[in-house]
Amino acid sequence: MFRSDPDRGAAALALTGVSAVRGRRLIWSEATFEVPAGGIVALIGANGAGKTTLLHMILGLVPPASGEVRVFGRRPGEDNDGIGYVPQDYGATAGEAIRARDMVTLGLTGRRWAFGQTNPAQRQRVREILAAVDATDFAERRLAQLSGGQRQRIAIAEALVSGPRMLILDEPLASLDLRSQREIASLLGRLHRELGVTILVVAHDLNPLLSLLDSAIYLLDGHPHHASMTDVVDDALLTHLYGTPVQVVHTPQGEPYMRSAP
Amino acid sequence: MTALVAMGYQPHWWTILGSPFMHNALIGGTVVALASGLMGYFIVVRRNAFASHALAHIGLPGATGAVLLGVPPVLGLGVFCVGGALVIGAMGKRMADRDVVTGTVLAFATGLGLFFNSLATKSSSTMTNVLFGNLLAITGDQLVGFSVLFAILTLCVGLVYRPLLYSSVNAPVAEAKGVPVRALSVVFMVLLALAVMMAVQAVGTLLLSALLITPAATGIMLTPRPSRAMAIAAVISVVSVWVGLGASAMFNVPPSFLVVTVACGIWLAVWSVDRARQSRRPAGQSGVDHPVHAMAAPTRCPTK
Repeated sequence: MFRSDPDRGAAALALTGVSAVRGRRLIWSEATFEVPAGGIVALIGANGAGKTTLLHMILGLVPPASGEVRVFGRRPGEDNDGIGYVPQDYGATAGEAIRARDMVTLGLTGRRWAFGQTNPAQRQRVREILAAVDATDFAERRLAQLSGGQRQRIAIAEALVSGPRMLILDEPLASLDLRSQREIASLLGRLHRELGVTILVVAHDLNPLLSLLDSAIYLLDGHPHHASMTDVVDDALLTHLYGTPVQVVHTPQGEPYMRSAP
Repeated sequence: MTALVAMGYQPHWWTILGSPFMHNALIGGTVVALASGLMGYFIVVRRNAFASHALAHIGLPGATGAVLLGVPPVLGLGVFCVGGALVIGAMGKRMADRDVVTGTVLAFATGLGLFFNSLATKSSSTMTNVLFGNLLAITGDQLVGFSVLFAILTLCVGLVYRPLLYSSVNAPVAEAKGVPVRALSVVFMVLLALAVMMAVQAVGTLLLSALLITPAATGIMLTPRPSRAMAIAAVISVVSVWVGLGASAMFNVPPSFLVVTVACGIWLAVWSVDRARQSRRPAGQSGVDHPVHAMAAPTRCPTK
């Protein structure tokens, strides 16, 4: 199921006996799993289970309280351009004061100290990535003037502009209408095929993504686990995970679909 | 002409403009205006307007306290502004908490300033100068001080420009990319304190928003490009200072009031035009206040 990539060797994620603490509170513990490179992986769990903490740990913003985390064989935070991050509420603060294109450019140059124009190669790179996410048409507009779906494309462009090996998205489909959800999901599938990037996506509603997902990290009873999608899409596991009856049904086309059990 | 005379028109205003104190006012005011333009964009984008206002108030007990101790008021102003900036910057990013703490400190500082002022019999002019500024009393020493502060500001903003911009417009992603967002927040507050220190001496604690914030807000309405918005803000600030000083020479009115009036007038004019233009635009393009879920228009046809 996973595409193997001989150049990349190391697992996208490797956690060994990791626990997470915020303040004095133990968020989760005993995380030991590997996520192979090249897949599309969901990160699921109930509210407050520690999904964001795990994301922050992978990004190097929260150190593990114990154990060892490796991202493509390196310590988190060692290779900041190696991970693209799409947060929730993208562009919520300053959307009125900046063009979409400038935001994407900052994804490439935002860490550079001192003044200096962007060079032609950087501008070309920004143009390429805007085209790759079909955002060229509205790249000159203010971020706040874009629709939710358009803004999500810009967020993905900004995350990908530095050529990362992994793309992390926090609830990328929340607050989008059905059509935009489907468009962003198919964009993720296409980018995964074309760029070979590993995708880790946090989502409460897995249905729009189910056909894309290879595996999932799930936070159950205070411990993160990793399993293939066939094992995760299971009534008993999902019911336990969310603390409410969940049923997996299949559409006439054979696609699995999760819903609240009656 | 009678109407002009009734408004206090000074027929010899041109000579007043040529006088040494007016020279100092023009040069000092221009330097302060340029510094304001440089900082304003970041203040607006980072939503630090309230913090900048508070910093100016925190400077008040510094200035009046300095008079009590017999040291130059500007020294006390500087120490209190920078100290306050370090505290506000270190408080971190939880905006709601920060507003409450900032507001509380603001009120206490103003009260303390008033108390110090009441202890010293001669300092009431210091109090008025800090509250409302006095462009016309800018000395040669102050000009040197302004120039040094402006040089420091320009150099520092130049050095941290991109990371500061990134952490201002998109803090979560900047942080994930390894930009030192927290440290930059403290650095920015200290730079803001320096700008506030200058602006207080020009237009005073109560009016400095007109130079620090209003022109930047106008610039952002006119262009979505950060560097251009900063340039426009600087131009508007400089024009406000020049027109304000010229008009104050003509009509013998306090310059602070006129500077503020010009800056706010330009903002109001641009805002009105912007509003009118947006209401003529088809729905879906105006977008300013649209929450994400309400704006989830079909992705490939933005104009509907």
